[in-house]
Amino acid sequence: MGISPVLWQFLVKWLHNSALFPAEASTISPYTDALYFFLLLMTVVGMLLVCVLVFGFSIRYRREKNPVATQIEGSTLLEATWTIIPLAIFLVTFVWGALLYFRIYDPPANAMNIYVVGKQWMWKAEHPGGQHEINALHVPAGRPVQLTMISQDVFHSFSIPDFRVKREVIPGRYTTVWFQATEPGTYHIFCTQYCGTQHSGMIGEVTVLTPDDYEKWTKQSTSGMSLAQNGERLFASMGCNACHSGTAAARGPNLAGVYGSKLTLTNGNQVLVNDAYLRDAILNPSEHVTAGFAPIMPTYQGQISEDGLIDLVEYIKDLQTNYRVQQTQMTSESDKAASPTPAEGTTEMVKP
Amino acid sequence: MSTQISNTIVLLPDQATAKLPKRNYINNEHGLLSWLLTGDHKRIAMLYLISITFFFFIGGAFAGLIRLELLTPAPDLVSSDTYNKFFTMHGIIMIFLFLVPSVPATLGNFFIPIMIGAKDLAFPKINLLSWYLYLIGGTLTLTALVLGGVDTGWTFTTPLSTHYLNTHVITAASAIFIAGFSSIFTGLNFIVTIHRMRAPGMTWFRMPLFCWSNYAASILMVLGTPVLAIAIVLVALERLVGIGVFDPAKGGDPLLFQHLFWFYSHPAVYIMILPGMGVISEVISTFSRKRVFGYTAVAFSSVAIALFGFFVWAHHMFIMGVSNYSALVFSLLTMLVAVPSAIKIFNWAFTLQKGSITFETPMLYAFGFMGLFTIGGLTGVFLGSLGMDIHLTETYFIVAHFHFVMVGGMLMAFLSGIHFWWPKMTGRMYPESLSKLAAVTTFIGFNLTFLPQFILGYLGMPRRYHAYPPEYQVLNVLSTAGATVLGVGYMLPLLYLGWSLKYGAIAGNNPWQATGLEWQIQSPPLTENFVTIPIVDYEAYDYEWLEKKQREEVTTVG
Repeated sequence: MGISPVLWQFLVKWLHNSALFPAEASTISPYTDALYFFLLLMTVVGMLLVCVLVFGFSIRYRREKNPVATQIEGSTLLEATWTIIPLAIFLVTFVWGALLYFRIYDPPANAMNIYVVGKQWMWKAEHPGGQHEINALHVPAGRPVQLTMISQDVFHSFSIPDFRVKREVIPGRYTTVWFQATEPGTYHIFCTQYCGTQHSGMIGEVTVLTPDDYEKWTKQSTSGMSLAQNGERLFASMGCNACHSGTAAARGPNLAGVYGSKLTLTNGNQVLVNDAYLRDAILNPSEHVTAGFAPIMPTYQGQISEDGLIDLVEYIKDLQTNYRVQQTQMTSESDKAASPTPAEGTTEMVKP
Repeated sequence: MSTQISNTIVLLPDQATAKLPKRNYINNEHGLLSWLLTGDHKRIAMLYLISITFFFFIGGAFAGLIRLELLTPAPDLVSSDTYNKFFTMHGIIMIFLFLVPSVPATLGNFFIPIMIGAKDLAFPKINLLSWYLYLIGGTLTLTALVLGGVDTGWTFTTPLSTHYLNTHVITAASAIFIAGFSSIFTGLNFIVTIHRMRAPGMTWFRMPLFCWSNYAASILMVLGTPVLAIAIVLVALERLVGIGVFDPAKGGDPLLFQHLFWFYSHPAVYIMILPGMGVISEVISTFSRKRVFGYTAVAFSSVAIALFGFFVWAHHMFIMGVSNYSALVFSLLTMLVAVPSAIKIFNWAFTLQKGSITFETPMLYAFGFMGLFTIGGLTGVFLGSLGMDIHLTETYFIVAHFHFVMVGGMLMAFLSGIHFWWPKMTGRMYPESLSKLAAVTTFIGFNLTFLPQFILGYLGMPRRYHAYPPEYQVLNVLSTAGATVLGVGYMLPLLYLGWSLKYGAIAGNNPWQATGLEWQIQSPPLTENFVTIPIVDYEAYDYEWLEKKQREEVTTVG
């Protein structure tokens, strides 16, 4: 950054305490702020230059001092100067901004994942361990956290100004953002994309905890069922296991270990199986048929909520063997004659 | 005589003896119908001036209500739905009914034919039609307002606007659709007029820069506005019959709407600012009595802005999950489009060098423009820079940025132009000291209103928020206080310009001693502008030619 860290801390803290500057609470913040100060400097210098020229010429060449104007065509040299210098500065800004952009939007591989569902007008956070929060988010300090977000209705935008991160939350597709909080404390969550009546009420708080406190919090607030466990139930109750049983004769592809692999589809495309692909394949199966399988899977559009889809995705993500799938399969087939209810005894058809 | 030195040009001798010409475009015909059915570009310009002023003050009233609500953090003045309608109506009215037509439809309509030595625009009837379309658009907007308003935001973001709102979206959408055609017709008229109707000797590079910048803006209007029309029609169809283009459940793409919308609405920013830049070129040259520094560079930078302006739209969508690589391309192009604006600012500044500068009201507004537009432009670079945009977009920073460009830039330019050409349009002078006061008031009020919003934006306050966390209150109070001052600054011209229609000093033909063709004819002009079509044998801003001409006139009379 080229500026002494002590001075930097002093400057930022002083501005923050005068309520003129947001807190620097994530690892990204200092990088964003450095670019911000560079751009501010550029603006101030540019502004001063224009002021000096305008006021200088106005005083020097006002009518009282200079009654007759001297006509000047122009000057190629001068004009080239003020084309090239701004261009150079803007290009520096471009490169710097692009580097920052990739830093903000490329999550590190070891980031822990939390799902966020936006809906008019609340934020629902779903932790893989089964903690559910509304308009709140608990994260540990010092660990990269990735949010996988989706909207249930309109466009929203998930913003934590003190972390300098923000990402649009879009209906029908996952978007991600990541951060690593540095300072324990509470910070604002805003929805920054206008989303209807209570847009300004779609706010929340992110609570950054020390790793110990976070451990404590996870234990206390779990609902007892992890997302993957919810997903397993749903998998059985929707009857997915009938085809995706993992046996050689199965009508659907084997899902164990599919997450993160490369699939070839019937249309010849190669795809990487990630959260987005799994979600799309459930909702719109006819366009995501794995090579070698018949397009017989019905669409589940409108039958599973976004939360349910997240559960399923989490389940498939963690699915390493088909042992349990086949277990459920056999039990459910064995009592098919008696009752259509899955063996695990849950009568819940669709998660609300 | 012309070498006599005085502080203000207004006191030049020929002014004292000036009389209102017996016959001019205002008293050529009488009666309301003679105005409503006129084909005269000057009368249509006046009709436009009256109507956009009306809508400006309605839009301004909404701005006032918004600032009043934001005085306190709690949502206490109106309900959230009402607040959302306030900012939606403010945006729709100010953009589609004021900023887009402001300079082109009034000053452009009035002066482009005169500046190139033509008797009227190429299609006078289409010109009148364009005003009627504008009126229909305006009436529909008012209808939507009276029926209960609309709360989509001026951006009509889908699927909010298509599936989740019960307000008068279709009425407002048709208003914008129709007003769009008014702007297409104006653009078409300008393009044809500038290509086909220039007086003998008026080559492209003898045209005043005002014509160049309006020409560039016209190209944007003609090519961009149809895309907005398409986007708006698709929103209406989606609402009415559910065609599903933007609906992911039906295989549509909600982002597609934003691509279409910003394909128009980013160039629209240049539709708004380019004609204003033309005004600034005229004003700065006139009051420093010097040709514009680097005429060709300024002319081509207008065209460059128009060209690049079409290829930067996705910079409104950096955080929306567009591919990282397309974000890179759009950010780079955004940096490029900033350069021609910088060129213009420096060229204007150097026009002052070795000039003989006076400080009448139009010049003060032009200086205001240069300062505010520089800030507006440079803060645009913040937003064009990818990583910075993530934090700043959708906050008050962006609100402050585009108000610096649109209000600090365009509105200052508009007021500069109105004061500059008021003597020509009406034949009477505005009161000089009162108008200088208004210019200074506007400048102070503007900065007080919008500078705090940059800080609010970096703090993270989102735009379109009805309520906000209490720690942001101080800056919001400052902003509201500034808005009050700004309101006074805008009321003043309305009052004194109205007053000057009857009581202003008689202006004479050329109160500013400017070189443009419009200043060589009587004020207010004849309906046919010129008695004989002028033959142009000098370049724009040729003050030596003007001096020679006046010397010769004096000898002939004497």
